[in-house]
Amino acid sequence: MRGRPLLYTRYEADQAILNTVTKKVMVLIFLSALLLIPFQVLPGLDFLGENDWLRLLSTVAIFIIGALGLNILLGLAGQVSLGHAFFMGVGAYVAAVLGSDPEGLRLGFGLPMWIWLPAAGVVAAGIGVAFGPAAVRVRGLYLAFVTLGLVFVGDYVFRNLISVTGGAEVGRTFPPLEFRLWKEDTPLIDFASDGAWFGIELTSEAKTFYFVLAVAILFMLLAKNLQRTRVGRAFQAIRDRDIAAEIMGVDEVSFKLRAFGISSFYAGVSGALLASFVGTVIPARWDLFLSIQFIAIVLIGGAGTVAGVVLGTAFVTLLPRLVQDATLWMEDVVETGDNLLATLLDLVVATESTDFGLINTLPGVGPGLSVFQLNQVIYGLLIILFLIFEPLGLFGIWIRIRNYWKGWPFTY
Amino acid sequence: MAVVSGRLLKRRAKRSGSTDYDHLLDVKDVHLAFKGVKAIDGVSFHVDDGELFAIIGPNGSGKTSLFNSINQVYKPQKGDILWKGDSLSGLKPNKTAELGIARTFQNIALYPHMTVVENLLTGRHVRMEAGWLAGSIWWGKAKAEEIENRGIVEDIIDFLEIEQWRKYPVGLLPYGIQKRVELGRALAMDPELLLLDEPVAGMNLEETEDMARFILDIQDELGIAIILVEHDMGLVMDIADRILVVDFGKPIATGLPAEVQRNPNVIKAYLGEELETA
Repeated sequence: MRGRPLLYTRYEADQAILNTVTKKVMVLIFLSALLLIPFQVLPGLDFLGENDWLRLLSTVAIFIIGALGLNILLGLAGQVSLGHAFFMGVGAYVAAVLGSDPEGLRLGFGLPMWIWLPAAGVVAAGIGVAFGPAAVRVRGLYLAFVTLGLVFVGDYVFRNLISVTGGAEVGRTFPPLEFRLWKEDTPLIDFASDGAWFGIELTSEAKTFYFVLAVAILFMLLAKNLQRTRVGRAFQAIRDRDIAAEIMGVDEVSFKLRAFGISSFYAGVSGALLASFVGTVIPARWDLFLSIQFIAIVLIGGAGTVAGVVLGTAFVTLLPRLVQDATLWMEDVVETGDNLLATLLDLVVATESTDFGLINTLPGVGPGLSVFQLNQVIYGLLIILFLIFEPLGLFGIWIRIRNYWKGWPFTY
Repeated sequence: MAVVSGRLLKRRAKRSGSTDYDHLLDVKDVHLAFKGVKAIDGVSFHVDDGELFAIIGPNGSGKTSLFNSINQVYKPQKGDILWKGDSLSGLKPNKTAELGIARTFQNIALYPHMTVVENLLTGRHVRMEAGWLAGSIWWGKAKAEEIENRGIVEDIIDFLEIEQWRKYPVGLLPYGIQKRVELGRALAMDPELLLLDEPVAGMNLEETEDMARFILDIQDELGIAIILVEHDMGLVMDIADRILVVDFGKPIATGLPAEVQRNPNVIKAYLGEELETA
């Protein structure tokens, strides 16, 4: 083995997910870094352990689950879906009905998480498969349109099904992240409050982060395994050549249905976790913009790869925060400094309603884009740029860097 | 030359099932029309176990349509196609693959983003069972099945001498190698009948000779029956057992290569008629 790391003597080793030493080492380092984040010991990255950053990272983990689902549908099976947000909403409300305690008009059964979390996925998957027959008959743009309809149907239903969703303006609370065996008073494991695990004091943010991280890693493994086995290959065959795939024995309709079902399962779980993590959500959360965010994740990260999904999710989810921080920093410079930089940045940010600037720090007042609008513009631009210049996404860029260093100092 | 590994041959021997049929494939008076255009106009032929049957004819004479009819991509309006005595009509294309009919395409139809190994494993689809859940968990039977089939695929890689391309996405490979990979994907399906649609189109002499050798090896050592559609007359006349000539969807001759070559109708179809000048 030594000296010839790429010489495999067993097919099992050849097919392993981490089939090289480099991959093993990198994953190990990355995982340990993630585990250490809440303790704020990583040099230069200790700010990630602050509570607001931990919450952001937890969101990343939850979004990864949903993005993995869309990646199975869009990246592997090649079926565009704008309805991902709808399935997330379905998952969230299944969780709410099963897991929450009843409040007023709103239904709730107060069941434990080990029921509501899988159920959120299963019900979403069921609706995905039920919707499938309408979707498998069309492809490309037409499919995008059919699934777009789902979002609007969902929006209407969510607004009006007050006993489940709490109605358009109010929303409802979702079950907290905690493990109970059944409906006992004190949860077995409680992620929502501070406490000690194995003698280590952890904040609720750190506990939640660890929990969603574990779930995300589980789903990453499932997605990766799916991709490298029979069903995942059938999906990719349909994506690349649907008629040839059928002549090679892949039942196109039934496998497209499976792709819809599996993708919706991931979306349902992700939606349930997201709603539970946030606590209170209004129906408008599951709108078209959320679907587009997921498409941006898959396209920017690199369609069809689990690593790409992780990169893409981190990028797309952290981008608003970076934009916001950058805006605040620019505003700060403009208001305090009087050097050239401040003068230049004054053209970029608007600090008063009469001030000129491309970015407006006072939402709804004056000219310029709000930070939210700016994010949308950036998503759109990035999707266009990646599709044109780097169809393999961030993952493709990584592959290029890797190949460069593999060959270094030679150019090939 | 080619090394046929024991595992490939063993699987040939293991294939059982009834041999109580007249012909492996029996095409009976098939008619296929698109609106007014008659693509296939009353073609009948049969292929026996282990036979290398060739179909030739000018462009647009309905050869590929015949393949699509056998695969049930097109549904002929009249006539019947029997597989081991049973009609194929009404089946979905993927069922014909399960029965043991494999195919390569005139314009390469590999999955360009998947590697050679993955393409061949996709060919194994009909011979594997694991569902999405078992596959996602990568446990027990599903894992064992993956590893076993990875081994079978390696035998095919070995047989077709494409070891060095194993891990390449096929979209990046040269044309001749892609054709070979496509043949491998069809072989991976463990077929009893192989439909080859112009396997040497666009190849140089050396590549053509390689491909001819693989085709003969498949017939001799693996005992797979083959229907070959090809324009390279030298290749067809050299390796085919029997030949069917079609022109404008109509069969004009069937027989041994030597017979077909002398048939005046065939000469007329290919070279045209002499003008009456007198």
